[in-house]
This record gives sequence, structure tokens and C-alpha cells, in this order.
Amino acid sequence: MLSGAATSVTVILIVFFLFIEGAGVFSRKPIDDGYLLAVNATNNVKTLQPSQIKDVFDKKITNWKQLGGEDRPIVLFRTSDITEYYTEEELGPNFEYFPEKINELIEKQPGIIAFFSDKYKAEKFSGKELDIDKIKVWEFLSGEEWFPTAQPIAQMGVKPLIYGTLWVSFGAILLALPIGLAAAIYLSEIAKKRTRSLLKPLIELLAGIPSVVYGFFGLVVIVPLIQSTFNLPVGETGLAGSVVLAIMALPTIITISEDAMRNTPRAMKEASLALGASKWQTIYKVVMPYSASGITAGAILGIGRAIGETMAVLMVTGNAAVIPNTLLAPVRTIPATIAAELGEAPNGGLHYEALFALGCILFLITFGINMLVELVTNRKAHKKH
Amino acid sequence: MNKIKLFLILPLIGMLSCGKAKTEDKTSGDKAAAVSVTIKGSDTVLPLAQKEAEDLMKSDAGTSVTVVGGGTGVGITALIDGTTDIAMASRDLKTEEKLKFSEAKKEIEQVVIAFDALTVIVNPANKISKLTREQLEKIFTGEIKNWKEVGGADEKIVAYSRESSSGTYEFFKEEVMAKKNYATDVLSLPATGAIVQAVGQTKGAIGYIGLAYETKEVKQLGVSYDQGKTFIEPSIESAKDKTYPISRPLFYMYDKTNAAKVKSIVDYALSEAGQKTVSDIGYIPLK
Repeated sequence: MLSGAATSVTVILIVFFLFIEGAGVFSRKPIDDGYLLAVNATNNVKTLQPSQIKDVFDKKITNWKQLGGEDRPIVLFRTSDITEYYTEEELGPNFEYFPEKINELIEKQPGIIAFFSDKYKAEKFSGKELDIDKIKVWEFLSGEEWFPTAQPIAQMGVKPLIYGTLWVSFGAILLALPIGLAAAIYLSEIAKKRTRSLLKPLIELLAGIPSVVYGFFGLVVIVPLIQSTFNLPVGETGLAGSVVLAIMALPTIITISEDAMRNTPRAMKEASLALGASKWQTIYKVVMPYSASGITAGAILGIGRAIGETMAVLMVTGNAAVIPNTLLAPVRTIPATIAAELGEAPNGGLHYEALFALGCILFLITFGINMLVELVTNRKAHKKH
Repeated sequence: MNKIKLFLILPLIGMLSCGKAKTEDKTSGDKAAAVSVTIKGSDTVLPLAQKEAEDLMKSDAGTSVTVVGGGTGVGITALIDGTTDIAMASRDLKTEEKLKFSEAKKEIEQVVIAFDALTVIVNPANKISKLTREQLEKIFTGEIKNWKEVGGADEKIVAYSRESSSGTYEFFKEEVMAKKNYATDVLSLPATGAIVQAVGQTKGAIGYIGLAYETKEVKQLGVSYDQGKTFIEPSIESAKDKTYPISRPLFYMYDKTNAAKVKSIVDYALSEAGQKTVSDIGYIPLK
């Protein structure tokens, strides 16, 4: 009772913490704190989309005409470019003329777009500051580019990551469930006692291997295999991730389903056999329905491991944040993103909060799947009675 | 997560080192005044500083050094705030940072302790043996997608990069790609070893790794920073004489008023033993 309450409270606290941190991302602008983007006062472009700003700073958009402004080439300016326009003497020995010079530069250059800290915004600033919208929930979910560290504007689109996670997980379950079930049936119903006592510990041993080992195994063995089998330019694909995850989920699925099947009362099985049913009919009509809840539990835990698995996936899926339309292309999953990026994200910053928001999405996905399975098994149980 | 771990581990280390210092006090008395120095900053320099600090503490019990990562920016900010004695940096000071130091009226000494260089690698079966900076930029921004376009076989280019948390990711972006963003379909891998493995087994692959990781499974490319007039082969020698363009100095930075306190550490980094550690870790020594 006490331990149950303690566990529930801990879980609720963790979820609460996750969502508080994750929600923070929607109260922020995708620009670094205390920085601003400014243009010349005569420029008639008022707002820019984050993706447009990225293209401007990547020099894919080079003329204001493309953004609905006048026909003028775009001049990029970052704080460190100041030395190309002014000497250090002109900026003053302690850089005291820095704000004025930036102001002067923005005034002189009609096509400029300047990215600098608002500390160096002159008191009589004559340029025009661009409005940058806060990150909206819908944009966060439907954005298609993930560049959380891009300067000056971070691109926070998680759609490719969500798709990547779902593709890899469902691929893994599609592979693991039939194989796992077959193995469980074999172990519980068909295998001789000696084979069983040899095989079961071996399978359970699989669960004890660290995921990095699986990842490296995948990178060295499965990735080249997939590359040559399907004749692909690159072997790091969603399929490689699915195969590795399927192998990792197998012990869970096999052990739990097998235990459930072996719990089928001997009397039920013998009754079925006595009625003239064959061994296969008994397995299919008696053992499987009886152990359905155990099999689903095994499948859920398997899916849970697949969706949340980090390290193995990080090593074999290539981690390119593009929306996949086939399992044979590189994908980037949510857990891999969190693992790869959280170490560097400054505590409490935009990137940090965005990663927590990713954690929330992951939580909701797993939660949704669990609810769904719960619903399905409950309905089945009602039918029986 | 790293940070949380750090928070858990730091007090532990603190407790342990306190205990150790006390026992030593009892045995050796107050022979040497204990100096405690904090080093903070670039994760690129971190393994080097860590190793050097350990060696130094072994040979000189009077000095205690704490090394903390976090990135060049973090280290320099800490130096401005005065919360660290030495900042590790894998780049020069930015104009904004110079401004902050002048605001805080601090004079900063920068000491180059080693060089770090990147090489561009391809699969050994690839005919290409050199590329210009412009071509590399276009490959990693996704403009060039086939080896045909740079004079190779008709094969899709598969570009590999490090994860965005890696110092080399930013370095390559600034040094080679003129600060443009990577294309979305560039594959990113979590470790240098993984990149070598992947490039070695993928025919159309291109990637970048630290110069010191020389392996036979991949081919290193010569690069040109003058539109193809001269191509420089990557080697320890060309990195040392600074003809090889994709290299950067690694710094220790400290406040000039604090010079006496950090002298033993900086001297050790520049000493023969320190420079040997530099090559052991995989960077390029000064001489």
C-alpha cells in the first residue's frame, strides 16, 4: 500500500516535471535570448518565417524581392562581421562605439539584415527590429525541419522525428511479434524438456546484453547486409533499426508469452485433445485465447522497449531528420535525438525545453498505445463471459 | 542528464578529495601550500585537460585541479564571471566576448596548447582524392548529390556528420561550410569510430574525423582553400606548419592577474610530457 502510493507519487512527479519543462518551449521565441534581428528602416518586410530566416542566412534567398520586399540584394551581418566594416580603433579601445557603429551600418546598408545582442542596440536605434513569433504548438508538431542549434533562428519541427519513431517501432513489432509468438509456442508446447531448459536461459541472456553492443552489432553486421541485399546507397536505414529493435524486444515477448501459455490448465488442454482436436487446434483454440492477456502484455512491453530504445537505434538508423516514406531510408527517432543532444543543450534554454517537449510526445505515444491495448483486452474479456 | 550526473558526482569527488587532502596533511604537514584550480570549457579540450591534470596531480600533490566541460562558450562565460581559473577554448574569442571582457575590465591571456585538425574521408574505392572547400560546402548543404558532379563515378553521395552536440560539428560548419546549415538528409552518427566504420563500408560515403584518427579502412582527401589551385594533403606535418586549412588552435585562457596561480598548469601543458599527452589523446602537438 505504502510502496504503491510512493511509486504513484514518483511517477506523477516525473510526468509533471517532464510536462512543465516541455511546455516552456511554447513561451519562447526561436531566437537566442537577448538577441534581435534588425533591418534598415526603409525595408518594407515586417515579419519573416523561421524557415525564411534560415534560408536567408544559408544564402538560399539572396534578394529581398523573394520575401516580398524591394529588389535589393540581402547583406548578412553577424556581430563578428563588424571587423570587416570597421577597424578596432574605430570601435574604441573598450568597444564603447560598438552600438553606434552597428546603428550606422544598418542605416547605410539598405539591404542589410543584422543579427546581434540587444545589449549593443543603440539608444537612438534607427533600424527596424523584425518581429519573431513565439513557437506555436501546431508549428512545433508539423514543422518539417529539425535544426535546434541553427543560428540565428532555431528550426523546431518534430514531424520527421515522430514519423521516424513510429516507422522504426512498428517495423520492429511487425518483425518481432510473429517470431516471438512462434518461439513461445514452440518452447511451451512442442519442445522437449531438455531443449527447453537449454533454449530458455539462452533467450533470457539476450535481454542482458547492453544496448550499445546491439547497436555496434547492427552497425557492423546488419547495416552492410541490408545495404547489399536491397542494393541501397546507404545501409543505415529505418529497417536496420527495426531489425535491431526486434532482436532486442524478442526476449521480453518470448519469456512473457511463454509463461502465460504454460499457465494454461492441463485439464483444459487435455479436454480439448480428448474431444479429438489436433495439437495445432488445441494451441490455436485453447492455449492462445487462454493466454491472450499474457501475450498482449509481452507485446506491450516489447513495443515499450522498442519505442524508448535509444543507443542501438542511434547507431544504426543514420539519424537524418527527414520524413521517411519507406523503411529503406535513414530516419531519426525521438529517443535518439534526446540522447544525442541533451548533453550539449544549455540547462533551461530553448533547445533543452524542446527536448523535454519531445519527451512529452514520446510519453503520450507510449501512453496511447498502452491505453489502446488495455481497451482491446478488456473488450475481449467481456466477450468471453 | 550529464549535468544531473555531474551534480551527483561532484560533491562525491569533493568529499573524497577533502578526505584525501586531510590524510596527506597529517603525514606531510604543511610542506606545500595547496593550490586548487578550476578548468572549465570546451568539450574538445576536455579529455586533454583531464589527462594532463591527472598526471600533474600525480607528480605534484600540492596542486588540485578540477576539470569541467560544458563547451567553449560556457568556459569563457565562467572566466568573465570569475567562477573558473582557466577557460578551455577550441576557438578564438568572439567579438561579443572581447566586449564582455572589456566591460568587466579584465585582461585575458590566451595560450595555445595544441592544434586540432579535421580530415575529410571517403570510401577507399572512391576515385576522388581531392576536393575544394566550395565543393565540400555544396556536398554537405545538399547542392551536389552525385559523385559525377565532382569528377567521380556515377554514384549517390552519402554524407556523414557528427551529432550537433559535437564540437567538430560546429567547427566543420564554420570552417568549411561558411556557417551554412547542413542538409536535412545528412546522416549523423554519435561517434568518430562509427563514422569510420560507416564510411569504410558505404561506397558513396563522405565524412569528417579528427586528423589523428588515421585508419586504413578509409581514404583521406586533400583539400583546397583557393578554388583548386593548390591541394594540401592532410598530415601531422601540414597541420603543424599550418598549411593544412581545416585546423584550429586549442587554448587555455586565463585572467592576467591570476597568472601566478595557474602557472604550473599552463607550464605543464606546454612541457614535453604535456605535449606527449597531446599526441596520445589525438591532437597535434605544438612542435
